Amino acid sequence: MAETELTREEVRHVAGLAMLEFNDQELDYFKEQLDDIMNLIDILNEVDTTDVPATFTVTENRNVLRADEGINAEQKAELLARAPESENGLIKVPAIINESAGAK
Amino acid sequence: MNFETTIGLEVHVEMKTNSKAFSPSPVAYGAEVNANTNVIDWGYPGVLPQANKGAIEFGMRAALALNAEITPETHWDRKNYFYPDNPKAYQITEHDNPIGRNGYLEIEVNGETKRIGIRELHVEEDAGKNTHNPNGYSYVDLNRQGTPLIEIVSEADITSPDEAYAYLEALRQTIQFTGISDVKMEEGSMRVDANLSVRPIGQKEFGVKTELKNLNSFNYVRKGLEFEAKRQVQVLLGGGEIKQETRRYDEATGTTILMRVKEGAEDYRYFPEPDLTPLTIDEAWIAKVQAELPESAKARRQRYVNELGIEAYDAEVITQTLEMSDFFDATVKAGAEAKRAANYLMGDVNAYMNDKKVELQNTDLTPANLAGMINLIEDGTISTKQAKKVFKAIMEGEEPVAYVEKNGLKQLSDPAILQPVIDGVLDANEQSIEDFKNGKDRAVGFLVGAIMKQTKGQANPNVVNELLMASLNAR
Repeated sequence: MAETELTREEVRHVAGLAMLEFNDQELDYFKEQLDDIMNLIDILNEVDTTDVPATFTVTENRNVLRADEGINAEQKAELLARAPESENGLIKVPAIINESAGAK
Repeated sequence: MNFETTIGLEVHVEMKTNSKAFSPSPVAYGAEVNANTNVIDWGYPGVLPQANKGAIEFGMRAALALNAEITPETHWDRKNYFYPDNPKAYQITEHDNPIGRNGYLEIEVNGETKRIGIRELHVEEDAGKNTHNPNGYSYVDLNRQGTPLIEIVSEADITSPDEAYAYLEALRQTIQFTGISDVKMEEGSMRVDANLSVRPIGQKEFGVKTELKNLNSFNYVRKGLEFEAKRQVQVLLGGGEIKQETRRYDEATGTTILMRVKEGAEDYRYFPEPDLTPLTIDEAWIAKVQAELPESAKARRQRYVNELGIEAYDAEVITQTLEMSDFFDATVKAGAEAKRAANYLMGDVNAYMNDKKVELQNTDLTPANLAGMINLIEDGTISTKQAKKVFKAIMEGEEPVAYVEKNGLKQLSDPAILQPVIDGVLDANEQSIEDFKNGKDRAVGFLVGAIMKQTKGQANPNVVNELLMASLNAR
């Protein structure tokens, strides 16, 4: 009794954001799961939250901060050894060129 | 049909904290690849990031310097995207509640001052560096991953590429004087994205905007915007439509090239960062950061003019960079006469830097040595002509007093030594004395020249002039 139903295209789009590609059978498989999640959200949306402030954390903690001191973990070799591939100290990955690099 | 241009600028500035925004890894430009990384930067499961107080305070500095209001209650958000430059697949940023809002910056274009609004400032983290190789692989260095950034978003108040250029100059200077960043485009510690739209003059709604990337210098920003404004006008005049898209500025051709149709904000699936606590910034904290804020370029200019008697234009030149301004202050503090210090920095020192293509801090000149040389000129020990030699020496790191001593550059100011020389020259040039008596002033110049020659240029010109005039009048 799905109220919200995603299209196969929407599922393909969401997969694409994660650089994943699925065949139609796989898309239908994930569509069913995503529909369930969307319906769960629909149920939550039935609650009237008009005057309820948004909650960003469930603890009362504020300003848990670290002093600005640089500490080198000296973990380079260990970390690189666990990368799928590395070369000259760099992590080697299949090229993905269609997006621009850097923080946006 | 005439069009008007609307420009908005998004500037990312890397902040030079000691450690990263959410991990204690050191922040250092040019370090050995991947040396400054830890499990948090690599996005390992189970790691717990912690926000860097220094990065937040640097963000507050930027906001205060840009006249923005500090947001008292903020939290962090995740911006999700998959790309190898960021292994945890999200950037921590301030999406809902940026640290600063409603600031402004004053720019000057064609002699007129204009206020450009600053919509918001976000503290966030940088991504690592990806290098593509034609072999089909990318090589990733995560040293930059997690470096704190302040993103500064202007209002759409900029109406020409020249104003955009002036805004960037003013912004760079303002941020540099806060001490939070080197703001160097060439090292990537300042990066600019530009939005531009055009609309027929009189139309109320903005046109559809495009975003420009790969703008690697202020000049390319100006050129890219000039091209893009023309392109959009041509498309519209040809009956076409502008699409919301991201375009790359191509330095070789001076044109903009389509990169991709822009993804919507919902594609980033922002949500509040559950690993970090929200932030409360109270008045006391703001006051503390305000008190720590270094003197702005504007305040320094006022001090130079009002307290040191420097010309307004010269004060402008000296405060172009923080290095120059700091050097000037240190030279004056070391006892140099301020105007002469300013003249040397703007003249000979600047010429030296341009000639050798070197930054001030990378020369061997010290404020103490510059002040030392200026004092030698002021007290008459050396002439300005002799100072040229001394200047070359202090640029090589020599100590001026010792150098003058060693090379016998001292100016001859002692009348007991100079008077006999003057008498000798006068005795040998009866004709010049007669010329002088007949009102020919040129004769004095000739006589001074002869005296300077006899003293190998070491005679103090002021003392010589005084003694010579007295001697001439006595004959």
